[in-house]
Amino acid sequence: MKYFPILLANLSRKKIRTILTLGSFVIALLLFGVLAAVRTAFSQGADIASVDRLVVRNKTSIIQPLPLAYRDRMLRIQGVQEVTYLNWFGGVYQDERNFFPQMAVDVPTYRKVITDLAVTDAEWKAFEDDRQGAIVGESIAKRFNWKIGDHIPIKGVIFQGPWEFNLRGIAKGSGNAGEILPFLFHEEYLEERRTFGKGTVGWYVVKIANPTDSTRISKQIDEEFSNSPFETKSDSEKEFAASWGKQLGNIKLIIMTIGAVVFLTLLLVTGNTMATAIRERIRELAVFKAIGYSDKFVLWLVLAEGLTIAVLGGIVGLGLALALLPGMSRALAGMLPPLAIHSSDIALGVFFTFLAGLFAAVLPAMSAMRLRVVDALRRV
Amino acid sequence: MVRVDGRGTDSLVKVRGLDKKYQRGSEEIDVLQGLNLDVDAGDFVAFMGPSGSGKTTLLNLLGGLDVPSRGSITVAGDEITNMSASRLTTWRARHVGFVFQMYNLIPVMTAFQNVELPLLLTRLSSAERRKHVETALTVVGLADRMHHYPRQLSGGQEQRVGIARAIVADPTFLLCDEPTGDLDRKSADEILDLLTRLSREYHKTVLMVTHDPLAAQRADTTLHMDKGVLMEGTKNPQMAGRVAQ
Repeated sequence: MKYFPILLANLSRKKIRTILTLGSFVIALLLFGVLAAVRTAFSQGADIASVDRLVVRNKTSIIQPLPLAYRDRMLRIQGVQEVTYLNWFGGVYQDERNFFPQMAVDVPTYRKVITDLAVTDAEWKAFEDDRQGAIVGESIAKRFNWKIGDHIPIKGVIFQGPWEFNLRGIAKGSGNAGEILPFLFHEEYLEERRTFGKGTVGWYVVKIANPTDSTRISKQIDEEFSNSPFETKSDSEKEFAASWGKQLGNIKLIIMTIGAVVFLTLLLVTGNTMATAIRERIRELAVFKAIGYSDKFVLWLVLAEGLTIAVLGGIVGLGLALALLPGMSRALAGMLPPLAIHSSDIALGVFFTFLAGLFAAVLPAMSAMRLRVVDALRRV
Repeated sequence: MVRVDGRGTDSLVKVRGLDKKYQRGSEEIDVLQGLNLDVDAGDFVAFMGPSGSGKTTLLNLLGGLDVPSRGSITVAGDEITNMSASRLTTWRARHVGFVFQMYNLIPVMTAFQNVELPLLLTRLSSAERRKHVETALTVVGLADRMHHYPRQLSGGQEQRVGIARAIVADPTFLLCDEPTGDLDRKSADEILDLLTRLSREYHKTVLMVTHDPLAAQRADTTLHMDKGVLMEGTKNPQMAGRVAQ
């Protein structure tokens, strides 16, 4: 502790330089925090997916439809308890900026399969009874300040034209499920007004009796429809949720690549800054050694400077990320689950900054340690 | 008493057969050749000589900053030429006070903090360190400037802070390398007065390298160096030192 004033004095030597170096760590860790939160958000759907549900989609692509007639054939497969289906609607509220996912669902079967939908029975009943009824996740409701009973106009993009809905329920969800729950409405209402693709569905969700049968049932479903014009691809709900993230490419790889580039750049910039700072202080370090400070002390002094800047910048950066995420979550409501940084990612971020600070300072520190006093004092 | 014949017995600083060679490319340069020196406790010795004569090299060797090619240096009974680098560092902290030509204060630390630096290596408490620093700064006449940064001090004041830093841990001897070389005459005289006072009143052993004959006159004894050989000793008549040939 008695050496702390030396550390502090050295850090305050070139304030602008220290602030800029600190700033590079702040920005890097802010970016890391946000990217980690986005990565978590993309994997969250898979994390909360149920193990007793399968998703059956068109083998060619999720945007290709499946015949409605498949439902009854799937129900005949041993181990299948219930089958429901959904259609992607793709409309906007007021204007294009207000995008959020909307899906037409088969009301009679939906709640039997999606048993964790957290709406009250009264809300569900009101939804069932109203052909233009809708249920929405609470984050979307909050975003647009909707209340139960509100009349909601949606402009159809895939299914062109104005569509009118009545909000009958707001799903709170268990855990984060309510937050990522989209806008649900009656398949019947869509079927009645659609001008193309009648009798088709976007994908099926199959509830199975025993999760251990999921592989067998998936295989059996796909075999049932093989060599047909609409071949299927069945996955567990977890794999299906993960595949949504993959629609945008390998998010994890992208984030890891960005993170690696940022840290490498940080390492080079900070390493160069530290080396310059040490070169400027050669005589001073020689004086420390002349008056009795050991080579190891000088090594630790330089390392401590690098680590202090790195860890301090890292903590501030992560703190900023934590502070900004609620606002970003609000802005992205309906598109991604709430953004949050896992404590393991925070620990990883602090560890990375520690490592970056250590690597950036280690070479200048070693050269300071090896410095010969007589040579250094001779320099002007 | 200062001797250069290698016959001293109980001297504080005892140098015997000291050689220092440097390698410059394929050429070997003899900086010091078979040098003998005895300095008693409390002596104030000036080393004079042309540039490249080996004065600073001798000072560096005496201060344990460099190692000789041959020969031995014994200070207060400790032969420093046999010490490991880490032991030498510890020894330096305990026994040597350095005063540099360019002052070499840490610019981002106050006078107080600069003077305190050698004491951080001791087991003294914060209060004890404060007392020692205040005493050292009072001795050099800068008690009222202890919270000033080097940039807020004149050259002479900076050098006085440098001297306070050198004496604060009560070292066995002071090694001063051109302590007035960067100062005007008036400031130089003040520094020389201070060094003389440290020798007279506080019985500090002072070894000073200088190019300035007026500075050398303040020492008890002036030793001349040329081409790595310690030539002769001159007793400064107005001083109380003693020289033996």
